[in-house]
Amino acid sequence: MIFIIIIGMSLVTMLPRIIPAFLVEKIIFKDWINKWLSAIPYAALGAMIFPGVLYVKENDPSVGIIGGLVAIILAFLGLNVMFVVVGAILTVLLITM
Amino acid sequence: MNEITEDLKKDSTRTYEMIKLGVQVSIPIALGYIPVALTFGILAKQAGMSILELTMMSAFVYAGASQFMGANMIIHSASAIEIIVATFVLNFRHFIMSLSFMNQVQTNIGTKGRVSLGLGLTDESFAVSALHIDKADNKKGYIFFMTVILTAYLTWVLGSFLGGVLGDIIPEHLSNSMGIALYALFIGLLVPSIKKDIKVIIIVILAMAVNYIASQYMSEGWAIVLGTLIGGLSGVVLFKEEK
Repeated sequence: MIFIIIIGMSLVTMLPRIIPAFLVEKIIFKDWINKWLSAIPYAALGAMIFPGVLYVKENDPSVGIIGGLVAIILAFLGLNVMFVVVGAILTVLLITM
Repeated sequence: MNEITEDLKKDSTRTYEMIKLGVQVSIPIALGYIPVALTFGILAKQAGMSILELTMMSAFVYAGASQFMGANMIIHSASAIEIIVATFVLNFRHFIMSLSFMNQVQTNIGTKGRVSLGLGLTDESFAVSALHIDKADNKKGYIFFMTVILTAYLTWVLGSFLGGVLGDIIPEHLSNSMGIALYALFIGLLVPSIKKDIKVIIIVILAMAVNYIASQYMSEGWAIVLGTLIGGLSGVVLFKEEK
C-alpha cells in the first residue's frame, strides 16, 4: 500500500518538474511570455515567503515577522545569504527563549 | 598539444570553481532542510512507515510539504488516490517554476541536462538557481546547477533517513527556531534583486497579496500557483525588452 502511494506521489511530482524541459524546445514563446517567465522567480519567492512566514511559530505570527525583518535588514546591509539565514535563526532562538 | 592540455586545465579549473560556488550557495538550503528532513523521518516513522519506505519516499518523491501531508494522511488512513491527488495539487507550482527555469537555460543546456536538473527541482533549489541564472551563460553552468540540486537532494534524503533511525537529535528549541531558515533564505535571495531593480518589489508584493487572499478561498497549493502567475504577470509590463 505504502509503495503504491510512493510510486503515485513520485509520478505526480516528477511530471510537472520535467515536462517543461521538453516544452521549451517545442514551443517558441512570444516575447511577453518570456518576460512573464523571467519574472516568475521573484513572484514565486514572494508567494513562498508570505503568508507562510507568519506560521513559523504556531499561534504567534510575531516570531516569523521579527525573524523576517531581521533577515530583510541583514540582506539589505549586503550580507551573504548564509549570514542572513544564521542571523534569522539566532534571532528566533533568542526571542523564543 | 600544449594548447589542448592548457584548455583541459582551464576546463577542470572552471569545473572546480562551479562546484565550489554551487556548494557555497546551497549551504543555506542544506541548513534549512536538515531540521525539516529529520522531523519528516520522525513523523513518517510514527505514521507506521519503515526506514526503507520513508527514505524511498524522500528519494523518489522529494517534495517536503507533500511528504508531510502524505505521512499525515497515512496516519488518518486516507486512500492512495486522495493522497496522490493532494500531492499533485500541492506540487503543481513546480511546473511553473520549472517552465521559467528551463526557458532561461534552454539555449545553453541540452534536453538531457534539463531533464536531469528538473528531476531535482524544489522551491529552494529553483530559487537559488533562478537567482544565479547568469551561470547558465558559463560553459560549465550545468555543473553549477547540478551541484545546487544534488546538495539539496542529498541533504534531504540523508536527513530523513537519519530522522527515522536516530529520532530527535537536534534539541527541540533549536529545530523550532530553524523553521525560519528557508524563509530567511528566500528573503536573502530576494533583497539583492530588489536593490538592483526596485520594480521587482511590485512583483513580489502582488504575488504575496494574491497568495494571501487566494489562500482564504482555495488550497495552499493553488493559492501559491495563482500568486506566482499573477505576480509574475506584472513583470510583462514592468520589465523592458532586455530579458
